[in-house]
Amino acid sequence: MNGILLALIGLVVYALGFRFYSKYVAQKIFRLDPNYVTPAHRYKDGVDYVPTNKFVLWGHHFTSVAGAAPILGPAIAVYWGWLPAVLWVVLGTVFAAGVHDFGTLVLSVRNKGQSVGTLAHKLVGQRAKILFLFIILILVLMVNAVFAWVISNLFVSYPSSVIPVFIQIPLAIWIGYAVYKRSKKMLLPSLAALVVMYVTAVIASRVDFLQIDLVAYMGGADADGLFGLGARNSAFLIWIVILMIYVYIASTLPVWKLLQPRDFINSHQLVVGLLILYLGLVFTNPEVAAPAFNSNATDVSWFPLLFITIACGAISGFHGLVSSGTSSKQLDKETDARFVGYGGAVGEGILALISIIAVVTLFSGTDAFSAVYSSFGEASASGLGNFVEGAAVLAQGLAIPSDIAATIVSVIVVSFAATTLDTSVRLMRYIIAELGVEYKVPTLTKTHVATSIAVVSSAILVVLPEGGGRGFGAGGYLLWPLFGTSNQLLAGISLLLISIWLKRQGRNYAVTLIPMIFLMFMTLWAMFQQVVFQWSWFGSDSNMLLFVLGAIIFVFAVWIVLTAFQALSGRITPPVDEDKKDVG
Amino acid sequence: MLDKVKKLIEYYEEVLSMPHRQEIARELRNEEDLFLLLLYSEMIGIPNPVYYYTLELYPYMIEKFHDWHLRMGMEKSPLTGIRCC
Repeated sequence: MNGILLALIGLVVYALGFRFYSKYVAQKIFRLDPNYVTPAHRYKDGVDYVPTNKFVLWGHHFTSVAGAAPILGPAIAVYWGWLPAVLWVVLGTVFAAGVHDFGTLVLSVRNKGQSVGTLAHKLVGQRAKILFLFIILILVLMVNAVFAWVISNLFVSYPSSVIPVFIQIPLAIWIGYAVYKRSKKMLLPSLAALVVMYVTAVIASRVDFLQIDLVAYMGGADADGLFGLGARNSAFLIWIVILMIYVYIASTLPVWKLLQPRDFINSHQLVVGLLILYLGLVFTNPEVAAPAFNSNATDVSWFPLLFITIACGAISGFHGLVSSGTSSKQLDKETDARFVGYGGAVGEGILALISIIAVVTLFSGTDAFSAVYSSFGEASASGLGNFVEGAAVLAQGLAIPSDIAATIVSVIVVSFAATTLDTSVRLMRYIIAELGVEYKVPTLTKTHVATSIAVVSSAILVVLPEGGGRGFGAGGYLLWPLFGTSNQLLAGISLLLISIWLKRQGRNYAVTLIPMIFLMFMTLWAMFQQVVFQWSWFGSDSNMLLFVLGAIIFVFAVWIVLTAFQALSGRITPPVDEDKKDVG
Repeated sequence: MLDKVKKLIEYYEEVLSMPHRQEIARELRNEEDLFLLLLYSEMIGIPNPVYYYTLELYPYMIEKFHDWHLRMGMEKSPLTGIRCC
């Protein structure tokens, strides 16, 4: 199979999905009304509620939802061969993610721009809201652990990416200062910052002493390192500690100081990354020599694990938070929801598609592929590294030397992951504080108490699972399926809410109910398999921490399914309040 | 062609500045709210020696005041002194 052809097929399906399926959903199911007064107009305040041009809103929506997750998931999932991964990414985007992102946007627009959490309370009741809070808490905990692992791993594997990533921090603070205190335009400063970062990356790739290689400092991979842990483990541990100190500081600063200006730079990086990969694909014209189905993948079945390995890129509950949290308050016309919501999901799908292609075009044949993707554990641990290598090969088509390309690609991935980490530690801090208010524990509402809890629990989670004796760094991937599961559960709840809303409007709710049932079934099954056969005390890879976390998520999932049946069969009546006419 | 590139850059700038604009507007709004409080603190029991003069601003502030109490979750004006709705 030719790489360009594979990309073209995917893009054509996306285009057809957008042209026809989303149109059908918009007209027949959601029945979008161009004359409906959206919250942006109804509650216009110039701050949260601002009618915004649909292209601008799409750009913002897309840059908010796209990150490192749609890269990492597909890079692991190609273990079962490229065909299952491509099919799930493409069909998932068209039939699940598109409808989900679009649906949460419409649901929120039709309900005063309220967020999914508030809507859960209104449509199903108090229980759903608490469930929702806990799922988000677990999700952000997983995000913290997984992305801390991603960054540390890339820092250990690509020491030349350390300085370009760290130089982004003072640059971002400078932009924040320039833009907010002197109200300058932000395009030029943020582009200048990007150039400085990439120039640093180029120099660091070629100048040895600019590469912060902790493993080499400790005397090579065979050295004892700290506390006799081995050099690689120690390096990993040191990076985790540094990262945790960093996120502690970053997540307690005001957003405009560091987080927002970093987002400006990262939006450029998203554009640069997509351009490098797609143009590189066109210029190198690579063959996909990796197997369509990996017949050696016998240790872990693709069914149902594929559906939680690729979460972002196929369907992700996190998008619903963005759709209903910010985008719904800025939608100019209701009919724009199709372009912003469905279009945002398609954008993410395009990123996931090129991630798969970058990984699978790296290998010269089935043997080379099997040597790297020898087991699911190996695939998970080295997936991201393979993406960086594969992307570097594509970048060579644009005459960028592969070592420099590898540094730049890992800088891009680390930047995405770092911003996500930053945001999610902040989010976790808010949720802990909210739980403190709910359960009357005033200590939890204090910023530094909540942040400490968030940071320490995330650090423990990333260091504890040891990955079958291969050390700390190898164990983080075990958390990936848990991340996927909690993300899918969140998507499941949102789809459920849309279905309930559609049913109460007397419309056909199959378009959201079918993906929801599919998603919940796969998630439940995959979790059950992992919790019982892998992580329990008699499992193959017994691990109490993962067992407890997995069991909690499993119970939540069952709870959601039961609530879903009750709500859909009409046994739950919506709580009565003054907004009822808007909901039911 | 140059026009199109210019438009593209403008579009890109607008996407970038969306969250920024929001944050600035929020800061400004908070300052306005504080200003409002300073002007009409007498109405909630905080002595204000220049209340007599600030009342002259009343006609200019009334619409903003209306927006403010709606934003604070009060359907009707909480103050008997200011009757905006």
